[in-house]
Amino acid sequence: MKSSVERKPLTLAGAINEALSVMLEEDERVLLLGEDIGQNGGVFRVTEGLKDAFGEDRVIDTPLSEAGFVGAAIGMAANGLKPVVEIQFLGFIYPAYEQLMTHAVRLRSRTMGHFTVPLVIRAPYGAGVRAPEIHCDSTESIFTHMPGLKVVCPSSPYDAKGLMIAAIEDPDPVLFLEPMRQYRSSAEEVPEGKYTVEIGKGKTMLEGEDVTIIAWGAMVSVSMKAAESLLQENVSCEVIDLRTLSPIDEDLIASSVQKTGRTVIVQESHPQSSVANDVLSIINDTSFLYQKAPAAKVSGFDMPVPYFGYEDFYLPTPERVVQAVMDVVNF
Amino acid sequence: MTVIPGKERGRTMEKTYPIQQLLDPDGKWTSEELRSLLTEERTKSFYMNMVRIRTFDRKAISLQRQGRIGTYAPFEGQEASQVGSALCLLQDDWMFPTYRDHGAAMTFGHSLRNVLLFWNGRNEGNIPPNGLKIFPPGIPIATQIPHAAGAAFAEKRKGTKNAAIAFFGDGATSEGDFHEGLNFAAVFQSPVIFFNQNNQYAISVPLSKQMKTKTIAQKALAYDIPSLRIDGNDVYAVYHYVTQALERARAGNGPTLIEAVTWRYGAHTTADDPSKYRDQQESNLRREQFDPILRIEKCLKINGWYEEGWTQDIKQQAVEEIEQAVMEMEDFPAPDPAVLFDHVYKNPVPSLVKQKSYLMGLLGGNS
Repeated sequence: MKSSVERKPLTLAGAINEALSVMLEEDERVLLLGEDIGQNGGVFRVTEGLKDAFGEDRVIDTPLSEAGFVGAAIGMAANGLKPVVEIQFLGFIYPAYEQLMTHAVRLRSRTMGHFTVPLVIRAPYGAGVRAPEIHCDSTESIFTHMPGLKVVCPSSPYDAKGLMIAAIEDPDPVLFLEPMRQYRSSAEEVPEGKYTVEIGKGKTMLEGEDVTIIAWGAMVSVSMKAAESLLQENVSCEVIDLRTLSPIDEDLIASSVQKTGRTVIVQESHPQSSVANDVLSIINDTSFLYQKAPAAKVSGFDMPVPYFGYEDFYLPTPERVVQAVMDVVNF
Repeated sequence: MTVIPGKERGRTMEKTYPIQQLLDPDGKWTSEELRSLLTEERTKSFYMNMVRIRTFDRKAISLQRQGRIGTYAPFEGQEASQVGSALCLLQDDWMFPTYRDHGAAMTFGHSLRNVLLFWNGRNEGNIPPNGLKIFPPGIPIATQIPHAAGAAFAEKRKGTKNAAIAFFGDGATSEGDFHEGLNFAAVFQSPVIFFNQNNQYAISVPLSKQMKTKTIAQKALAYDIPSLRIDGNDVYAVYHYVTQALERARAGNGPTLIEAVTWRYGAHTTADDPSKYRDQQESNLRREQFDPILRIEKCLKINGWYEEGWTQDIKQQAVEEIEQAVMEMEDFPAPDPAVLFDHVYKNPVPSLVKQKSYLMGLLGGNS
């Protein structure tokens, strides 16, 4: 232990800030780019204080130009820097879609490893904070459909810090989704200094016997609440936080589903062509004959994420998860 | 009624950005001030390099017709722009070509075999030799422009004197990435040359339908980037003005936009027929009057540097070099499907490990 002075628990936003700080300190190739991240410290204050600590050459306010600065970051990454780019909200990443899909994720395969793009894109995502329209998308499956990209989505401060450090050290491009609903919803003790959480590994948040609930991002805490209330109904839930959406931790899914025989997948994205469908496919491939009931999905709906006046109807709630679990148990 | 000024201003931009020329279409030197640039050695080097890439271009079209490579994008007519710009670069500079700029890439030092491999569907062809920093050709339009701005930004941060050059056509200047890339480079004063070859057609769409402006150079005004228009068929003008822009960049004075006005004689690619969208008489006329190689040949003659034997040797050498490259391309090892899976990520992910073993099993392989 480094010091006996008690550290304040960190929020998810604070943990990411600390991870960025650790890596800026350790590796001079690391630099941050994005809109309002320097002087203003980011609209969610995730980069607060970093410009003062590391200078405006390392923490760079860019023009309003998602395709431009993601494209420039690809050139930087191919030329030896390690850019960490903030997209202010995931709903604003679409101008950069082309740069990601046609360049960032395939420069390695186009050149058989001669040029590579060790780039991190950070994006707050998801609904539930009464944000304006387009600020609430959870279109993670657009990005899990990009071969060559890794997609990471922490739900806790500890994981956020460890995964961010792992993402910056990763030799390939990583999209780092930050559930904005969790930015300051809770705080926990997070180790000082550098540590990593392995990309591609999920985590069992709660062990149980009857049903496996698989979730990520803000849906982890929704699922945990559901699991708590189900305990009172004598239904024992195992809750898995996938933490990485590409590559998915197939072994963790299979081992849990083979144990419980029942699955509910909880996501806030639109159900069609979603990550939940990939989880279903993994269950089909690995654990079909272990199942005691068809696996269920609890999702948003196949509509654009609504204005916040309607978002409570759109977002999965603990009640909807409880309902799905009971349906699966009573199948 | 309020009159909004500017209606006429746009049209006068052709005068604001006159086309710079050092060697006129008759091969005569036009600038007293820059006369020392004109040397026998340099003229012969330009000639040799232009003949070399034109020979390659024609051979590649013929290989495509014979089914020995895939669809091919020819550049004949644009040799002065490509050779002049590539010869200014130093070993450690970055080049961001498009699919029509392999003439520049080969002049900079790309391997002819690899360029042919690229056109024959092999990504091995994207690996530049000798540590040269040549990006694989940009296929979507204009997306390489921000890459060049970023790579140049990184050079500046590392404290080097290296620069980057981005190639793109006239159509690319309608894309957002052109504007975002120029703006980014201007804000951060990145050492990058935005080298536009205005060949006046984007596949079938002529310049007049691509933009209202008469010049591309003027688009740099919006980003406070210095710019100029040059005769893209005058290899000396290209060489001189790109060299100047590189010097500015290396001295820390930021980006430059250069519009090289030129013409492609042939099709966009071997998959289209240009007579469908333009009068090919115009191409023939331009070939007769403004061809970049003819111009340098005239220059050699005017200055008494032309030797029939030497030009024949140059042409023969080009043919031999290219025949050799074709042979190497055709002798290149057959594609190994296993490598497809090995270069998606540095460290293989579980799904790809399974997919690889599935495909290799199907093929009866042992890897």
